Amino acid sequence: MTLDTTKHAAETPDVELPWAELGLKEDEYLRVREVLGRRPTGAELAMYSVMWSEHCSYKSSKVHLRQFGEKAPASDALLVGIGENAGVVDIGQGYAVTFKVESHNHPSYVEPYQGAATGVGGIVRDIIAMGARPVAVVDPLRMGAADHPDTKRVLPGVVAGIGGYGNCLGLPNIGGELVFDACYQGNPLVNAGAIGVMRHEDIHLAKASGTGNKVILYGARTGGDGIGGASILASETFDDAKPSKRPAVQVGDPFQEKLLIECTLEAFAEKLVVGIQDLGAAGLSCATSELASNGSGGMRVELDDVPLRDSTLSPEEILMSESQERMCAVVEPAKVERFLAICEKWDVIATVIGEVTDGDRLEIFWHGEKIVDVDPRTVAHDGPVYERPYARPAWQDALQADDAGKLPRPATSDELREQVLKLVASPNQASKAWVTDQYDRIVQGNTVLAQPEDSGMVRVSEDTGLGVAIATDGNGRFAKLDPYAGAQLALAESYRNVAAAGAKPLAVSDCLNFGSPEDPAVMWQFAEAVRGLADGCQQLGTPVTGGNVSLYNQTGDAAIHPTPVVAVLGVIDDVNRRTPIAFATEGQLVYLLGETREEFGGSAWSQVIHDHLGGLPPKVDLERERLLAEILVSGSRDGMIDAAHDLSDGGLVQALTESCLRGGKGARIVLPEGVSESGTVVGDAFVALFSESAGRAVVAVPRSEELRFTDMCGARGLPAARIGVVDGDALEVQGQFSIPLTELRQAHEATIPALLA
Amino acid sequence: MTARVGVVTFPGTLDDRDSQRAVRIAGLEAVPLWHRDKDLHQVDAVVLPGGFSYGDYLRAGAISRFSPVMESIIEQAKAGMPVLGICNGFQILTETHLLPGAMLRNDHLHFVCRDQKLRVENTHTAWTANFAQGQEIHIPLKNIDGQFVADERTIDELEAEGRVVFRYLDVNPNGSLRDIAGITNATGNVVGLMPHPEHAVDPLVGTGGSDGLGFFTSILRKLVKA
Repeated sequence: MTLDTTKHAAETPDVELPWAELGLKEDEYLRVREVLGRRPTGAELAMYSVMWSEHCSYKSSKVHLRQFGEKAPASDALLVGIGENAGVVDIGQGYAVTFKVESHNHPSYVEPYQGAATGVGGIVRDIIAMGARPVAVVDPLRMGAADHPDTKRVLPGVVAGIGGYGNCLGLPNIGGELVFDACYQGNPLVNAGAIGVMRHEDIHLAKASGTGNKVILYGARTGGDGIGGASILASETFDDAKPSKRPAVQVGDPFQEKLLIECTLEAFAEKLVVGIQDLGAAGLSCATSELASNGSGGMRVELDDVPLRDSTLSPEEILMSESQERMCAVVEPAKVERFLAICEKWDVIATVIGEVTDGDRLEIFWHGEKIVDVDPRTVAHDGPVYERPYARPAWQDALQADDAGKLPRPATSDELREQVLKLVASPNQASKAWVTDQYDRIVQGNTVLAQPEDSGMVRVSEDTGLGVAIATDGNGRFAKLDPYAGAQLALAESYRNVAAAGAKPLAVSDCLNFGSPEDPAVMWQFAEAVRGLADGCQQLGTPVTGGNVSLYNQTGDAAIHPTPVVAVLGVIDDVNRRTPIAFATEGQLVYLLGETREEFGGSAWSQVIHDHLGGLPPKVDLERERLLAEILVSGSRDGMIDAAHDLSDGGLVQALTESCLRGGKGARIVLPEGVSESGTVVGDAFVALFSESAGRAVVAVPRSEELRFTDMCGARGLPAARIGVVDGDALEVQGQFSIPLTELRQAHEATIPALLA
Repeated sequence: MTARVGVVTFPGTLDDRDSQRAVRIAGLEAVPLWHRDKDLHQVDAVVLPGGFSYGDYLRAGAISRFSPVMESIIEQAKAGMPVLGICNGFQILTETHLLPGAMLRNDHLHFVCRDQKLRVENTHTAWTANFAQGQEIHIPLKNIDGQFVADERTIDELEAEGRVVFRYLDVNPNGSLRDIAGITNATGNVVGLMPHPEHAVDPLVGTGGSDGLGFFTSILRKLVKA
């Protein structure tokens, strides 16, 4: 077979290329030909096909995502915004934090362990590519129905993969979520987030500048794994009729990644790196084209020099391979020797594969012949952009009209008690310790808070106590009822969780999980969610620093619930002042902050008791969220509150249950009267306990601080109702029921182990 | 003048910085040691920290055991230098045969991270003198290959000679024989255990306790007095 060089391609315009098999549409292929002025070579086609895939090019989402930039609030904190490997935020004292959430949904369904493991690996490399030391990971997960047989295949594999990889890297896993819903049956969502810390001066960017600088590929050898992962696996709907896609899933080697982290950080510390890029989706195609297009010159690459695991790989395969644990650095010639020595110290293979040229072309050679000659911008940035049609689905009105307020409510105190136990034992509300106990939460010695706390928190400076907190939240049920409000509720919850831990919310990353963009209804959900999130971030003053879009999460015609997962990063001046959720001290007063309305649309109660989804989600009031957050942060800083827990899924009773069990102390609760119009004592208690009104939290206040605390709430206009006291060994709601903690604990903690045993 | 405690970093070691911090908090000088370097830099004691050295490939600790630094450590340990092996460090010590037995995958086959209650069974080792006999302490545990096993005769010998240093209380988290969490050699200078005392030196972080500090104050007392 003759090598398909650029010269050969120019001479043989009519050769048929497998563009459709590589995931390109016909008009996209014609556009490639137009860009090049000839047919692409096989290698060029490989590059364009992966880089123009939905996963890499954001071609369907771009026109909407622009709002994150256009509506970005003025923020002093943002050092690096959208477009780099990850956003960077100033947290003071000369420290900067980078964080990001990404999806690895499709691979994790095909091969749960490796799919989830390499999801962690990918996000961590994004963090080190910014110049930061990774300090924590989080994992928001969405699985199919808890009792579905396939969930038993996917979930344990995903958890073992996240643990197997993250634990071996020495990164504490400090947060995340686990939600079950039948809508995720064929499309589980495995999102992975990571945080890294650096000094301001250590920020690195993905660009290749300086003619003559060397391009060094280091890390694992390149193999045949993950070829076409981004274009085929991540960018298409699953179809049972097609052959198994397992070969497109990559295999992870966390040990190699750990070495990669250490040697990269050592090279950064010695200022040896001009530009850097990790190899993730689209492998070398992505790394070379992005580095070259972001820099000032061109790039020449000798593909023969790439160390291979399989010597039979073709150049196209080498360019498309998504073998894990690889990085690409641009290094000045005089520093190459030192860079290679550091790699040798860590037993990491490092090879000069090319150099920065003074032209503006990316040229790739194989056996001395040119097989790629492109303008790198056309590969990395000038992909197709689609204005996909979108339309509010016809069923949306009927869904919203199906009001959850009409569902039968408990009529007696006994029935109320029974429903409380059923709720806290339901898979979505039950303890997730079975999962989080499989993650190392304490390595690095800086973990201040981890699951089941409201947010994860790590100490950044041992000298000053400066720390960062992160929470991830998303409620697909709310977003299904109203994607605009649903995205804002996810933001509000995450923002509230960070504040409840005592940290000031600073910035946002997101992972937008949706169905097929080719379905106008899904596209409408996406457009609404992005608009909601952008508006919300603008109002709260927390810029979106980056994130990820995962589309095509659907099987056949059935899309998942629209699921925007929002991560909020916060900063705390002194982690000694952090607020845990635990009710730990008897006699402290329990206050409910915020307003409770009759809001049951999309609630956990409507799902657990009635298997119902309809109506409208809770009302969003972001000004209220901001006020609540300010009170929570001030209360923590000034020692007025010893525990705080945000109210979200499952409402007040869920929060009380978790705070009591976490601290091993009971609570006597006297619910305020007149919260509902139902006119019965049970009805009032029911609304107070199960409503999911946003903008609320419970706090434990030491008696000595009560006056100061209520004065502050009063002066700021935040409703604060004293609803009880930390006391005894039962959760007692006076006049209604009492549940001993042992019984509550059994209900809350037995569910998940029993499902997965 | 304080004592110098070396903390070894192998490729894949994770808790080396944490161990250095614990050593410093106890008032000792922490000296980083590198796996390729045979020179122990005049340290008075060594900590082999936790992690996944060489990715736990082949078998946990099996490759690290052959590193140049271990040659020197084995030699010095035999001459009486105090050595503490934590988690992966314990696994390495069994591979070197400085301590008997071996670690299998946890009986439930999962990684487990939890705050673990232990009983101190032997306060005559270099690393446990500041504890009280029978004292109950909380030390975090995090591993996947933590099931301590040995043949019946070895276990009986360990018991008879009082060389079981720590036992799991309430829950046996990994199926270790006779709830054994940590052991020592015949001379009491080499101690290995699966739980992580370096993660229990500051109540603010980790699982919120400080019982692990006793390991490091024990060695401080021994070295500075000596």
